[in-house]
Amino acid sequence: MICLELFWCFLKVGLFSFGGGYASMPLIQEQVVSSHGWLSMGEFTDLVTISQMTPGPIAINSATFVGIKIAGIPGALAATTGCILPACVIVMLIAKLYLKYRSMNMLQGILASLRPAVVAMIASAGISMLITAVWGSVEQISLGNTDWILVVLFLVCIVLLRRFKMNPILVMVLAGVAKAGIALMPKIFVT
Amino acid sequence: MKNKKKVLFKLFVSTLYLSAFTFGGGYVIVTLMKKKFVDEYYWIEEDEMLDLVAIAQSAPGAIAVNGAIVVGYKLAGFAGALVSIVGTVIPPFLIISLISLFYNAFRENFLIAQILEGMQAGVAAVIAAVVYEMGEGIVQSRNTGSVIIMAGAFLAACVFGVNVVYIVIACLLIGVIRTLIGERRRKA
Repeated sequence: MICLELFWCFLKVGLFSFGGGYASMPLIQEQVVSSHGWLSMGEFTDLVTISQMTPGPIAINSATFVGIKIAGIPGALAATTGCILPACVIVMLIAKLYLKYRSMNMLQGILASLRPAVVAMIASAGISMLITAVWGSVEQISLGNTDWILVVLFLVCIVLLRRFKMNPILVMVLAGVAKAGIALMPKIFVT
Repeated sequence: MKNKKKVLFKLFVSTLYLSAFTFGGGYVIVTLMKKKFVDEYYWIEEDEMLDLVAIAQSAPGAIAVNGAIVVGYKLAGFAGALVSIVGTVIPPFLIISLISLFYNAFRENFLIAQILEGMQAGVAAVIAAVVYEMGEGIVQSRNTGSVIIMAGAFLAACVFGVNVVYIVIACLLIGVIRTLIGERRRKA
């Protein structure tokens, strides 16, 4: 039963995430964090981090991760199958039409309207992640509760990415190491 | 028959290999597929590969998986698509299964928890940079419709908490209508 739910959930993710990569992120967040509460926002952010550092698409990684957590290997298989099935049907259908007619005007037209919305939804998911990292949750936003170290790290990372065009994986690793280093500092000075 | 088996086997090994060693998302893997299937095996013409990539990008789902499906289907029909899907999915499935086994133990370690927390800020920055680049392209296109869609979708998702599935469906419909109007104008 739970496997069926996982399958159905990730079927929706697979069906509605246009644009690849980050585009699936808001949908996974909606299904896995908001609707079903299978992962906390913090766990979801960890999952995106792990996805960045391992090969494989975010959607497949999430399906496997959530599936295993909720219902073991059968859950992972159900979720992953659900995630791939829509693409399977739709890609083969378009490929068939393309091999026959060799034109894709309508498709390109529809995508042109979808792309701006995808950017907006990725932005929205990114904001949730930042809020989770810095304050814990939306309800806890206040000046006193702000994790200033993470705010500074976030800004430094932006500069490294935009000004110095540094590799995103390297930037993330540096941010992690920097945070751990800062956390260890008082311990070193005390002992 | 033997020839088809050989193609399927080669397809499986190539997709498995590409999926296991490609960091950096769908666009990278699609480029590598082109190198392998167009430049190395001569299985697909360059122009056709470009169209196949366009198909992979326009269908919903992960681009790496879609690319594998479309290339597999082109080369060996339904069986080809199946073989490439399995080849593409096995590596991330195994890797994430392994990681999820250790995740909880990992998370409780003080040092790793700190590293992951710092990386959360890093990921948020990476996403911010991606959004900036993509959004810049849309604003610079000077297409009023696109900018309105972007602003509207952002308000709906971030401020009003509308389910993103509905936002996608709404934009699909808007896209159909815009395309139909555009085509009628071109004809008139």
